[in-house]
Amino acid sequence: MSEDDKGITLTPAQKKARRSRNVAIAIGLALLVVMFYVATIAKFGPAILSRPL
Amino acid sequence: MDSGPPIRRRSRTKNNKNLEALGMALATTDREIETGIHLSEATPSDYFALLKPRVMALVVFTAVVGLVAAPVSVNPFIALIAILSIAVGAGASGALNMWYDADIDALMSRTATRPVPSGRVQPGEALVFGLVLSALSVMTLGVLVDWLAASLLAFTIFFYAVVYTMWLKRWTPQNIVIGGAAGAFPPMIGWAAATGSVSLESVILFAIIFLWTPPHFWALALFKSADYGRAGVPMMPNVAGNASTRRQIFAYSVIIAPVGVLPAALGYASLGYGIGAAALGVGFVWYAWQVLRMSDDDQVMKPAKALFAYSILYLFAIFAIYLVDTVVGRAMAG
Repeated sequence: MSEDDKGITLTPAQKKARRSRNVAIAIGLALLVVMFYVATIAKFGPAILSRPL
Repeated sequence: MDSGPPIRRRSRTKNNKNLEALGMALATTDREIETGIHLSEATPSDYFALLKPRVMALVVFTAVVGLVAAPVSVNPFIALIAILSIAVGAGASGALNMWYDADIDALMSRTATRPVPSGRVQPGEALVFGLVLSALSVMTLGVLVDWLAASLLAFTIFFYAVVYTMWLKRWTPQNIVIGGAAGAFPPMIGWAAATGSVSLESVILFAIIFLWTPPHFWALALFKSADYGRAGVPMMPNVAGNASTRRQIFAYSVIIAPVGVLPAALGYASLGYGIGAAALGVGFVWYAWQVLRMSDDDQVMKPAKALFAYSILYLFAIFAIYLVDTVVGRAMAG
């Protein structure tokens, strides 16, 4: 493998920044899921949970 | 007419060269210089700064007032989602503004440390961030709350990012007069989120912010005219001169004072609100009068700085009084 194929090596600062961005995105997505779940219950009421089997 | 500092309007195309130079300066490792690729070191707090948190605070507050003042009770969780969506939408338009204006932001002391011109966030990252949050906020508001409110939020983002930022800001000294509509929509969106419609009451809340915007920003532009001149932004003091700007600030303050009292005059708020709004309006006119009397040679411009600070207090206070008046009035009636 030539030197050019090795790609770019992240500096410690870049790695740390990427990790913190990933954590922020994960938290954001989790909050979005919870928000849509609770909003569904809030809009339709508890009846949405009792479905005929 | 007196002439303000000379300005040379900048097209963004010309300033793209500055942005390219900025991008090159960001390359921190030999490998990045070699490949021409800069890897981001932006942290979540840099992205949060793209949302213009201080502007967002005002947007959230006025939207809350619009939502609470509406004569319809809303599920608290749905109300929270509405406010969150409006806040994120406003923040997204701020990110798009920072992406487009990075070239002139770099030239002004007030904005040079923003994430894009300072190099902490790449322009492309700011653009994608703004677009994704715009879509997400509008869709969330539409699906979970109300589609009229979502449409108004989408229009507000478009108006701020495209009509104001890309078109008016670099073209006309009336930029913030027309562009002020973008900042005036949040209480109307809050109202629409609660009621599913727009009424005269929400239009008055819109009008208060719309008419407040020119004296607020022109007070800032008076003591920051050198910055705006350097960036080529045709703010009123740079185009029409300081004396003309001072007269226009006073004219707007004379209009905003009675408009602030309108909710009481039309029976939407109590006499208590009317007295409070009238007192705040008198204060506004008094500060604007001090600006009008300011000498042409005044370099410190204390009256303009005082009016700028007071205008922020005015808007917070008048909406706070309206909020308290609505809540207390409802509690007493019910």
